[in-house]
Amino acid sequence: MTLAKTDPDRENPSDPRSPSLARRRFAEILLGSGFLVTAVAFVYPVLRYLIPPKASDLGSDSVLAGRVGELKPNSGKIFRFGSRPGLLVRTARGEYRAMSAICTHLSCTVQYRQDLHEVWCACHNGLYDLNGRNISGPPPRPLETFEVQVSGEDIYVRRRRET
Amino acid sequence: MISLQNLRKWLNERLDWDDLIAFSREKAVPLHRLSYWYFLGGITLFLFVIQVLTGILLLLYYRPGANEAFESVQYIMTQVQFGWLIRSIHSWSANLMIFFAFAHMFSVLFLKAYRKPRELTWVSGVILLFLVMGFGFSGYLLPWNTLAFFATKVGTDIAGQVPGIGKPVMIFLRGGEEVTGATLTRFFGFHVAILPGLMTLVIFVHLLLVQRTGISVPPKVEMEWKANPNAKREMKFFPNFLLRELMAWYVALGALGVLAAILPWNLGTKADPFSSAPAGIKPEWYFLFMFQTLKLIPAKVWFIDGEVVGVLLFAGIGMLWLLLPFFESDDPSCTKRWITGLAVFALAYMAGMSLYGQLAK
Amino acid sequence: MDSWQNRSLRRTNNCGRAQSKPWRKRRQADAVLAAELLPTGTARATSVVFCFVVFLLFLSPPSYAQTKDSCLDCHSALPDPLGVSREKFGSDIHKQRGLTCSSCHGGDPTNDDPDKAMSRQAGWKGKIDRKQVPALCGRCHSDPSFMRQFNPTLRTDQLSQYETSVHGKRLAAGDTRVAVCTDCHSVHDLRVPSDPASTVNPLNVANTCARCHADPNYMSGYKIPTNQFAEYNKSVHYQAQVVRGDMSAPTCPTCHGNHGATPPGLASVTNVCSTCHVFQAQLFDSSPHKEPFVSAGLPGCVTCHGNHGIVHPTDAFIGTGSQAVCTECHTEGDIGYAIAAKINQQLVQLTTAIGGAEQILDSAERSGMEVSEAKLDLGQAKDALIKARVTIHGFNLNRVEADIKPGLESAAKDYDAGRKALAERNYRRLGLGVSLVAIALVLVGLRMYIKQIEG
Repeated sequence: MTLAKTDPDRENPSDPRSPSLARRRFAEILLGSGFLVTAVAFVYPVLRYLIPPKASDLGSDSVLAGRVGELKPNSGKIFRFGSRPGLLVRTARGEYRAMSAICTHLSCTVQYRQDLHEVWCACHNGLYDLNGRNISGPPPRPLETFEVQVSGEDIYVRRRRET
Repeated sequence: MISLQNLRKWLNERLDWDDLIAFSREKAVPLHRLSYWYFLGGITLFLFVIQVLTGILLLLYYRPGANEAFESVQYIMTQVQFGWLIRSIHSWSANLMIFFAFAHMFSVLFLKAYRKPRELTWVSGVILLFLVMGFGFSGYLLPWNTLAFFATKVGTDIAGQVPGIGKPVMIFLRGGEEVTGATLTRFFGFHVAILPGLMTLVIFVHLLLVQRTGISVPPKVEMEWKANPNAKREMKFFPNFLLRELMAWYVALGALGVLAAILPWNLGTKADPFSSAPAGIKPEWYFLFMFQTLKLIPAKVWFIDGEVVGVLLFAGIGMLWLLLPFFESDDPSCTKRWITGLAVFALAYMAGMSLYGQLAK
Repeated sequence: MDSWQNRSLRRTNNCGRAQSKPWRKRRQADAVLAAELLPTGTARATSVVFCFVVFLLFLSPPSYAQTKDSCLDCHSALPDPLGVSREKFGSDIHKQRGLTCSSCHGGDPTNDDPDKAMSRQAGWKGKIDRKQVPALCGRCHSDPSFMRQFNPTLRTDQLSQYETSVHGKRLAAGDTRVAVCTDCHSVHDLRVPSDPASTVNPLNVANTCARCHADPNYMSGYKIPTNQFAEYNKSVHYQAQVVRGDMSAPTCPTCHGNHGATPPGLASVTNVCSTCHVFQAQLFDSSPHKEPFVSAGLPGCVTCHGNHGIVHPTDAFIGTGSQAVCTECHTEGDIGYAIAAKINQQLVQLTTAIGGAEQILDSAERSGMEVSEAKLDLGQAKDALIKARVTIHGFNLNRVEADIKPGLESAAKDYDAGRKALAERNYRRLGLGVSLVAIALVLVGLRMYIKQIEG
């Protein structure tokens, strides 16, 4: 690119040198359309960005695990807690308990056993009580327990706050 | 009927800006074999505008706070439409802006554009450079990932080494004794309010000064043109130079797009204040040369702590850097060669140390 | 003050301190030497004198007010084998519970005169003979009403168990080389088993057993191998317990018993393993292998897994490959051989599918795409694989397939998700390409425009 001498008055639009006029027109059209396309290419993502997505995430510290009425007493369900599975249990008395669903033995996903009223791992017969404590079988450590908060119709599960 | 002409007249009757328009019509850029360097300032400004725009967009979804920051950035990267694009552009443009700010400074240094009457332009420019690095330091922490957390810890630790005021400054920066969620909130405040405000002000002053003093010409060219006035070449700023600047800006846009799409900025892992620092923690590249220098200074120089010596050294150099124009002579025919030498040394040192710091374990 | 007076003052204040009286040091040395070299009677006499001297020398300050234990006063300064330091004895649980030397050795600890303290009248037993040790310990430890005073939950059947053990039986037959209580539990610094420094703490007990059982010279004459400890150290149980600290993993007494130590019989070894490995044992019991193994006299689990050196099984253990155990019995052509091959193929298939899905998801993640949901889901496939590796103990192809199938489905689904993520990434790059073309257009247009206006 050369930084050539400038003399804007040299170009005269009324000059009947049609080829250069046509070329200028072409340059203008090219430029205009180029601007337009790039403007669209920039504005379109921004507009899409401004529209809030459907999944309103609350951060992995607190997760919507379920709704009141979804779980019958003495049953459990798996929910997603951050990037890992969690287990939400409704005890026979109706209270909610939440804990990590990853077995501390070999990381299989545990489940709630209605007949035993305990948390069971199908892989090697590990058993945990409703406080997450490992009570039988190979698991060496308890399951991490979480706080449950019922807010209206929603059941929120949150990691226990560190002091 | 409203034509452009009528609109202009209407506005002029209220704003009385005929002289301003005339001035801008006259504004010219000198042409010589080193004129390409004049683009750098404009590119830096353009990248700053990109930062402000993408930053404002990120503000719509980002949540400052130790338990939400990382997740909100993750949310932007994965759930928000084109969030990945906006965030990666913001991160890449930040680095490019700092690079171009340094390049612009060095080009001014080598072209000796800081001589009288442009000393204040230089001073405001160095202040801008410090502000830009402050932007980089504060913004880096905001995603609250492991690397950022420990880089901030180390960086503020070093700031605390300055004798006397160091500790209070460190506590002020950290919002406490340690790096915590309070630090994040504070850095967020710096990054989106305090620094932008200061930056806008100083940019305004900087640009005003540039308009008032005009574009400078290297000493040799100045002497040539003084001897032979016919040899002087100029280009009108509006529209000729501006169109060329526009080309440069579009190239920068293209580069940003490529970087964002091919090399997206990574998320890292969420910071855990109780875990130990990963091995080989180092700051971002624009702080590497200082960091590496500090690592090379022996633990004790004389009776003073090595790190304190390093910090004071850089503080002193920073001050001198600010006042550089006042050491230069006004006469273009005998500009100080040692300043050029110093500039070469500084560039070589910074580049070399940064490379060393990057490659060292 | 005058230095001469200083010195004399020091001398008087230094009474009893051997350091300022070198001639006393020589006498000490003589006494020690004498005790080691002279025959018993003379040694006793010399050590009596020596004890008296030592007693004077280490005169305890008036503030030291404890129960009189003259045994330790001498014996804490004696060298091995007569020496028991205060420190050593202080860690002993019996001492901490208030027992003294005389509780086992008899004698009179309140008497400073060794002749009277270690006399027949005082009931002194001297060094306890090995054959007598279990009975001596059992005097208290088999008495529930006595032990109740100290720890009501302690068992009191150790002696009767010991009498059924190989060690106990051989000791009764006259072999004094076998282990008695003090060999394993140590003596004079005996700690409770839960103490990490105890010789019978689960983490240390294998070393204690190995002291004899891994010593080929000591064990020559007995017809049992001495490689058990070395084998155990290679095993997965050792890894779990000693390396990972998992106290539920077995060590020697877990399978062999401690006081009633006997190797489990051929028929009962499966029972021992099934205490922990419940599912595998149940599956095995209902499998086609149970009958043949029993009639062939094969020791159940140990046949394929070994007894001491049980390593982590890999998928290659089952099947017809070079590392497989099935080919020990099965040959090409029989049904078992075919089934083994098929079972192995199932496991390999799922492992490959999981590996493939992981790879593509990692690649997508590295490119900046969000795949955490799919990665989470892949855990299900991994669960299925873990379950299948237990189910194989039933040696039933259908059951294994039933476990593998959902795993394969999950892995396929997640692989698909990975593919989609990569497709999205490529779509983004396409979008980038389009905008780059547009930018190029603008640049060309600008260039032309500039040329135009500048002529």
